[in-house]
Amino acid sequence: MRKLAVYLRPYRLQCILGPAAKLVEAVFELIVPLVMAKIIDVGIPSGDRGYVVRMCGVLALLALVGLCCAVFCQYSAARASQGFGTSLRAAVFGRINALSHAELDAVGASSLVNRLTADVNQLQTAVAMLIRLVIRAPFLVIGSCIMAMRIDLGISVIFLIAAVLIALTLYLVMSRSVPYYRVIQQKLDRIGLVTAENLEGARVIRAFSRQKAERARFAAANEDSFETSVRVGGIGALTGPLNYLVVNLAILAIVAAGGAKVNLGGLTRGEIVALVNYMNQILLALVVVANLVVVFTRAAASAGRVNEILALTPSIESPEHAAEPAERADQRVAFDRVTFRYPGAGEAALEEITFTARPGETVGVIGGTGSGKSSLISLIPRFYDPAAGAVRVEGVPVKDWPLDALRRRIGLVPQRAQLFSGTIRENLALGAPDAGDEDLWWALETAQAADFVRRLPAGLDAPVEQGGANFSGGQRQRLTIARALVRRPKILILDDSASALDFATDAALRRALRREGAGMTVFLVSQRVNTVRAADKILVLDDGRLVGVGTHAELFTSCETYREICLSQLTGEEAAR
Amino acid sequence: MSGSKKKKFDTATMRRVIGLVTPERGYLAAGLVFAAVNVALTLTAPILIGLAVDRIVGPGEVDFAGMTPILAALAAVALGGALAGWLMTLCTNTVTYRAVRRLRQALFDKFSALPIAAIDRQARGDLVSRMTNDVEQLATGLLQGFSQLFTGVLTILGTLAFMFRLHPPTALVVVVLTPLSLFVASFIASHIHAMFTGQAEVQGRMTGFAREQIEGQKVVRAFGSEARSEARYEELNRELYRYGVRGQFYSALTNPCTRFVNALVYAAVGLTGALTVISGGLTVGGLSSFLSYANQYTKPFNEISGVAAEFQAALAGAARVFKVLDEPDQTPDAPDAKVLSDCRGRVELEGVDFSYTPDRPLIRDLSVWAKPGQHIALVGPTGCGKTTVINLLMRFYDPQSGSIRVDGVETRDYTRDSLRAGFGMVLQDTWLFSGTIRENIAYGRPDATDDEVIAAAKAAHAHSFIKRLAKGYDTPIAEGGGNLSQGQRQLLCIARVMLTDPPMLILDEATSSIDTRTEVKIQRAFDEMMAGRTSFVVAHRLSTIRSADCILMMRDGRIVEKGTHDELMAKNGAYAALYNSQFAPTEG
Repeated sequence: MRKLAVYLRPYRLQCILGPAAKLVEAVFELIVPLVMAKIIDVGIPSGDRGYVVRMCGVLALLALVGLCCAVFCQYSAARASQGFGTSLRAAVFGRINALSHAELDAVGASSLVNRLTADVNQLQTAVAMLIRLVIRAPFLVIGSCIMAMRIDLGISVIFLIAAVLIALTLYLVMSRSVPYYRVIQQKLDRIGLVTAENLEGARVIRAFSRQKAERARFAAANEDSFETSVRVGGIGALTGPLNYLVVNLAILAIVAAGGAKVNLGGLTRGEIVALVNYMNQILLALVVVANLVVVFTRAAASAGRVNEILALTPSIESPEHAAEPAERADQRVAFDRVTFRYPGAGEAALEEITFTARPGETVGVIGGTGSGKSSLISLIPRFYDPAAGAVRVEGVPVKDWPLDALRRRIGLVPQRAQLFSGTIRENLALGAPDAGDEDLWWALETAQAADFVRRLPAGLDAPVEQGGANFSGGQRQRLTIARALVRRPKILILDDSASALDFATDAALRRALRREGAGMTVFLVSQRVNTVRAADKILVLDDGRLVGVGTHAELFTSCETYREICLSQLTGEEAAR
Repeated sequence: MSGSKKKKFDTATMRRVIGLVTPERGYLAAGLVFAAVNVALTLTAPILIGLAVDRIVGPGEVDFAGMTPILAALAAVALGGALAGWLMTLCTNTVTYRAVRRLRQALFDKFSALPIAAIDRQARGDLVSRMTNDVEQLATGLLQGFSQLFTGVLTILGTLAFMFRLHPPTALVVVVLTPLSLFVASFIASHIHAMFTGQAEVQGRMTGFAREQIEGQKVVRAFGSEARSEARYEELNRELYRYGVRGQFYSALTNPCTRFVNALVYAAVGLTGALTVISGGLTVGGLSSFLSYANQYTKPFNEISGVAAEFQAALAGAARVFKVLDEPDQTPDAPDAKVLSDCRGRVELEGVDFSYTPDRPLIRDLSVWAKPGQHIALVGPTGCGKTTVINLLMRFYDPQSGSIRVDGVETRDYTRDSLRAGFGMVLQDTWLFSGTIRENIAYGRPDATDDEVIAAAKAAHAHSFIKRLAKGYDTPIAEGGGNLSQGQRQLLCIARVMLTDPPMLILDEATSSIDTRTEVKIQRAFDEMMAGRTSFVVAHRLSTIRSADCILMMRDGRIVEKGTHDELMAKNGAYAALYNSQFAPTEG
């Protein structure tokens, strides 16, 4: 929690004045029973109606000033907590934005989003509660006790005992129910999971006629959730009645002990009424304290999760004072005995990979699932650092490149065609904010996407829904290819990016890339032999090792793995031609 | 007042919610009794305290003998009140959670009874959220609603009765003043409503934006647009701050304002009460009881205004659940439906017409004949209706017209379960459930032995990767299957079907995520298994279907060509063109 206090610092003033105002209101609330006691002890016996009216006027005035203080406090709380939440959110978002792929993989997107939204909101609520209640509630408890002591020291012992008893019940009930809130949430998650599985697998479940078994699985989860809810609810429901019991027994004790004192002349009747009032106030305040404890327990967990993100350091950072290397004619991308392993993984994803790609060359990368194709190309934009060996671009190790300069030269088309909500123009200009319409259309033409974009009524300004849901898989893929081309990259990487395209479009795309991409080094990652067979150089990967480098014709005769891949897709005659 | 601005109270939904809790009549009645006891005792306590205070007049004037029974009664009342309060909550908890359990089970059963079409039509996340969030919302509303309905209303009525019995004029002051706090609350509520919708809207947009950016973080990184995404986030963040401060502030006003009104009520009671005491109409103890009542009377009013909002939300959630429950079930199996057994595998489609939406016909006049043991392949561009044919064969959808027969009998005349058991099915979408790998392979035959499971896994070429997992066949499938690659998931789906050994087989892009070398091996296993059995294969990798007995080339819901690979190549038509486009040269 302490680390997060930094974000509260600009609101120091609100954090002090808010609770102070609240304190004033609480003091006034404590005065109310005293005034009432005066009315009973002074006004009523003497029959002084004017005094009674004046005192009730004081009560109204106290209420009014209390209202002003409370409003001021609420305003401070709103300013401070919202401000705190806003700067914390910005900080977390900024941190997430700076993370490298390794950290993103480790935490996972949905967890990051949850921490950015739900956890920060939880903390924001906690700050508001802190300002509004954290002083008030304990103050009312302690204040009531002190007022009671002022009235009668002996009787105030009853207050102390009651307060301790109530605090103890609260602690016992909460320590037995709060941990279960997480369990209840888990049971609910389980219900959600089974439901989601059943909706998603509706076809398979019905195909295997497993509805009865699934119903039983759900019923078990449902029953489990029911039982936990009832049990925890039963414990939680004890708080109110137990407090009520303690307070009323305390009142009983006050009246009995007070009566004895009045008899001896040490106490007045009005003071007993005041003591009873203070006792009731303690009850109300302690219920608030109980809620506060729940909020802060949750906030502490949230703070832990948020701090975890803030404490992450990107594993890959741009080197300081690095200059942008010049272009070279003889080599563009070179791998020199590169071995790579994903963080936390035992086996290497790539082992001792060595190859060179020249400007203008098309490099095919082929291999089975899990052979390391995607890992290989993710080292070029330095999404990960290799465990051994060096990846060079323009002859300079990528570690020595300024990161933004390196990535500016690369156009990447990822496997999953991911678009952002906005317009087509905004999506295309993602990597090149100042690109003109001509550049955009050129990229669309080359990516075989111009036809369908032209047919849209709004053209380049046509809206793109979240995730590009308003476009077909093939259209999305072509748009992501165009997006990579807009930057006119020196290195274009297509990571199995043509899989949603039909054969004819795929071929037209490759023809256009040949024609338009003069001097561009293109990496074509694919499982399809036909996508890579015309490449200048084909890298054949098998289980993380480079088992063949060469042209289609060379590899077909020399590389056993490549030959097998070819023959699994083509007849011998087709492969040879 | 703000009544006209509020959404109309949903009586129909309310009636159904009541219907949901009525089976718990016993607990409801018990809850009500305990609530009445609790309220009566809670209201008696101040009277007893007042009576006791009246026994204390001044030094030497304390009636201890009169006080003792009163205090004993107070102890009993406190104990009984606490006990009744606890029992009441136990009852309402039980009613609520039982109702929730019943509603959830009904909703789940509805999901299994809905036609696939209804599930396909709706967003999964939305349906799941009805099961979890909406039902949970209803539970919260019910719990609070009950406690307010029971204790709140009873407390108001009870205090009123007590106060009017004690001293009608002072009681009247309380009755007149209290609605003030309600008025203040609803006045504020109607004014913050707009602020809140604005805040919720910005928050929704912001979460959407953050989710999108974080999920696409690797793309953002690749294109170096971090700064711009941060700027956009900052903009939304600032907007949220503006709405947030105002929204939070105005909503936080309700509490101090109602407390202010309560304090005024308290002062007014003090004034009229004290004056009445002076004129001899009330005792001091009576005044003390009155002051307690004034506090107790206003409290439920404040809470009810809070609970009303909660309850509105609960009803909205319930309405969303009921909407699903009201959707029509799939047509039940005919009472005299046959059970498909000893299937020979003759499948005929004749003059089938089908469309998902009435205005866009998809399949028109489709006829297919498959003799027992034939391998039928369906090819064609995306959206030509290949997968739809599979949906019709499995009766996930029923055709608008035409007939589909298996072994000469209309598929509608079979029970759905037996018809579907006749087909082994592997889809492109690799669904696994969150059990272990073993449980997933044995999904279609839970009684299979370990040896059978392993044999199926071997046939599907999944054994070698399963063996390498830390817990082998007992490895749990992570939620969403994150610990397995798409290809590995597909292998498990294939093993699952291999184990059931079905008389007919449907493969819809079943090997699309598996590398082609493994695919060839699996194909061989399928071929062995399917020797002499009918199969339907959908694939866009043409290499996998070359050996089919009959290839159906589809376009726009019709069959445009039909024949073996060699026949169709010789014909040099649409199939040949599609096939040759695989080898389109890159140059030129």
